[in-house]
Amino acid sequence: MEKVMVKGTEAIGEAAIRAGCRHFFGYPITPQSELPEYMSKRLPEVGGVFLQTESEVATVNMLYGAACTGTRVMTSTSSPGFSLMMEGVSYMACAQLPAVFVNVVRGGPGLGDIQPAQGDYWQATKGGGHGDYKLIVLAPSTVQEAVDLTVLAFDLADKYRTPTLILADGLLGQMMEPVTFPEFRDLSTLPDHSSWAMTGAKDREPHIITSFDIDPYILEKMNLELVEKYKEIEKNEVRWEEFMTEDAEIVITAFGTVARIAKSVVEMARKDGIKVGLFRPITVWPYPYEPLKKLTEKVDLFFDVEMNMGQMLEDVKLAIGDKKPVAFYSRMGGVVPTPTEIYEALKKEIGRRV
Amino acid sequence: MPKVKGYIEIDQERCKGCGLCINACPTKVIEFSEGFNSKGYHPAEAKYLDRCIACGFCYRMCPDVCITVYREE
Amino acid sequence: MRKLLYKMPESLSGKEFTYCPGCHHGIVHRLVAEVIDELGIREKTLVVAPIGCSVFAYQFFNMDGTIAAHGRAPAVATGMKRARPDLYVFTYQGDGDLAAIGTAEIMHAANRGEKITTIFINNAIYGMTGGQMAPTTLLGMKTTTTPYGRDAQKDGYPMHMCEFLKEAKGVAYLARTKVTTPQDVEKTKKAIKKAFLAQIKGIGFGMVEVLSTCPTNWGMDPISAMKWLEEKMVPEYPLGIFVDKVGDEK
Ligand SMILES: Cc1ncc(C[n+]2csc(CCOP(=O)(O)OP(=O)(O)O)c2C)c(N)n1
Ligand code: SF4
Ligand code: SF4
Ligand code: SF4
Ligand SMILES: [Mg+2]
Repeated sequence: MEKVMVKGTEAIGEAAIRAGCRHFFGYPITPQSELPEYMSKRLPEVGGVFLQTESEVATVNMLYGAACTGTRVMTSTSSPGFSLMMEGVSYMACAQLPAVFVNVVRGGPGLGDIQPAQGDYWQATKGGGHGDYKLIVLAPSTVQEAVDLTVLAFDLADKYRTPTLILADGLLGQMMEPVTFPEFRDLSTLPDHSSWAMTGAKDREPHIITSFDIDPYILEKMNLELVEKYKEIEKNEVRWEEFMTEDAEIVITAFGTVARIAKSVVEMARKDGIKVGLFRPITVWPYPYEPLKKLTEKVDLFFDVEMNMGQMLEDVKLAIGDKKPVAFYSRMGGVVPTPTEIYEALKKEIGRRV
Repeated sequence: MPKVKGYIEIDQERCKGCGLCINACPTKVIEFSEGFNSKGYHPAEAKYLDRCIACGFCYRMCPDVCITVYREE
Repeated sequence: MRKLLYKMPESLSGKEFTYCPGCHHGIVHRLVAEVIDELGIREKTLVVAPIGCSVFAYQFFNMDGTIAAHGRAPAVATGMKRARPDLYVFTYQGDGDLAAIGTAEIMHAANRGEKITTIFINNAIYGMTGGQMAPTTLLGMKTTTTPYGRDAQKDGYPMHMCEFLKEAKGVAYLARTKVTTPQDVEKTKKAIKKAFLAQIKGIGFGMVEVLSTCPTNWGMDPISAMKWLEEKMVPEYPLGIFVDKVGDEK
């Protein structure tokens, strides 16, 4: 297939359509409005439905309703909007409804700004809404990967009957890159949800979809079912990338956009003869604890870089424990660190340790 | 005009003894039973079935769908 | 020979209602089920239960169902209907659900002319959570959060949803009824049927607001509660058909 130049947000939209998504509900918010705009134009061309909602609260509940019928459905938003969706996401996780969410993260907390940030990592990976639940969270770092992970997000959502999140940021959203799109999925080949979806109780018992039971023992059972599912996902779906880690003495840990910048840092350091590598989680839940832990055998220093106060840092430390030191560098509020400043910080860290 | 004769059945186990059927019956067919059902309510009882005119008022007012109404033909 | 006239409709599951004795939720459930039976659409109908005393509605109706987050039933129904326009979707909501936390969703669903049907139970109180003030609570009415009576200066005025919604162009049928007498019950059933026909005919949004009793939280026996509804609620919430673009039933 030929490569085309597209913007991150639009690439995600096109990938969703090719993955068989025909329903999009969304509310405008910078820096992701190009995605709903793209869908409003594209979905009618393929017989799909785009609806601009009255709020993100309505959005997530429309996703709930559409997902109940077993169709592929998606929304995208940015940080404050995703916060508003949390109640519904929790409902969907418990009711085991597949859907794909995109959070193009911006600076926070509060209204924050509209620049790229990673401050929603905890919200994405540790809950965000109420109760015991997890989302599958995919963190692309290039436009091509955003395309591939969007398709994967739908497949995983269907396979595990769970809401799945693409954790992006404004930089990726706005970036133009050449990508190859997958072929259009034949809708008749999409997973069969007829055993549980609400399609009308004709010649069968009614299908009930709920996140509710008044009996704590039954609700506990529902919880345990989720726990089993999450274990299964942790077993099967951990994804990560390692870049020049084979001989690395120092490993930078970073996800999403920052990981992309960190790649340049690795190259800069290598030119100076410093053996630096990069460890990049692609699924930030389930988190690649084991492969990261494995690196402690030969790496002397881990250097975590993020655009937040150190949120993934907790997972990095969980993986590494006290086996090796973990240093940290970050910018916040929508400030994107340059390769040079990260490299300088890294060198300072090395200097402090010799 | 020939008088319509009706017949009703009350699911007394289902009944919550609210009295809405008694209140609605124009011919006073229904009264509370002396006994209790397993929920602890005095259920409604069709005591004077011979007066029933099959109007269906009791059915319409019953919030717990306890009543079935027939017409004798 | 005995000819069967009235019995439990097929669109009810037969499961015993969880409502208090004399609570009007039960009457309205049965009416919705009768209408669905008569229209012959049970196998194509989806029910969206709310959060409130009728949270179990999905168990009482004999059809596919779910529970929406508090107030969000119209959004859930919108998602379903947009995904499956060939099915019929109705929401069943209380006054806290629809007229407080879910005001935005009902307004916008109605205004978009969403082809869904809403059954709105106005009992002037939060039943499920134990009798707190609802947006529809009458002035002067005592609830567990208006122990001195609802005061307009402090708590605002009773909320008139039909009067607000009748201005929305997407509304195809809108009525306010009560179910305190067998005649009212019949009228309410006709209204519910029309609210479904508005959807079936693809004209737009349909809603029936039913003034209902909550004997438990009003602190009355079921018969006194009906009297109170007639005397106090009806003057505040006039009955009537606010919008009817459905025309005759055929
Ligand atoms: C987000 C959220 N806020 C509050 C509640 C608690 N809650 C449950 S039901 C209810 C009020 C229900 O009242 P109403 O809609 O009038 O229904 P009724 O019980 O009177 O039929 C409230 C406040 C909730 N479940 N979710
Ligand atoms: S059908 Fe009419 S007359 Fe007969 S018991 Fe019921 S209300 Fe009374
Ligand atoms: S109306 Fe129904 S529940 Fe109430 S007393 Fe009569 S039969 Fe029982
Ligand atoms: S609390 Fe009120 S509304 Fe709820 S079931 Fe009891 S009477 Fe009905
Ligand atoms: Mg209420």
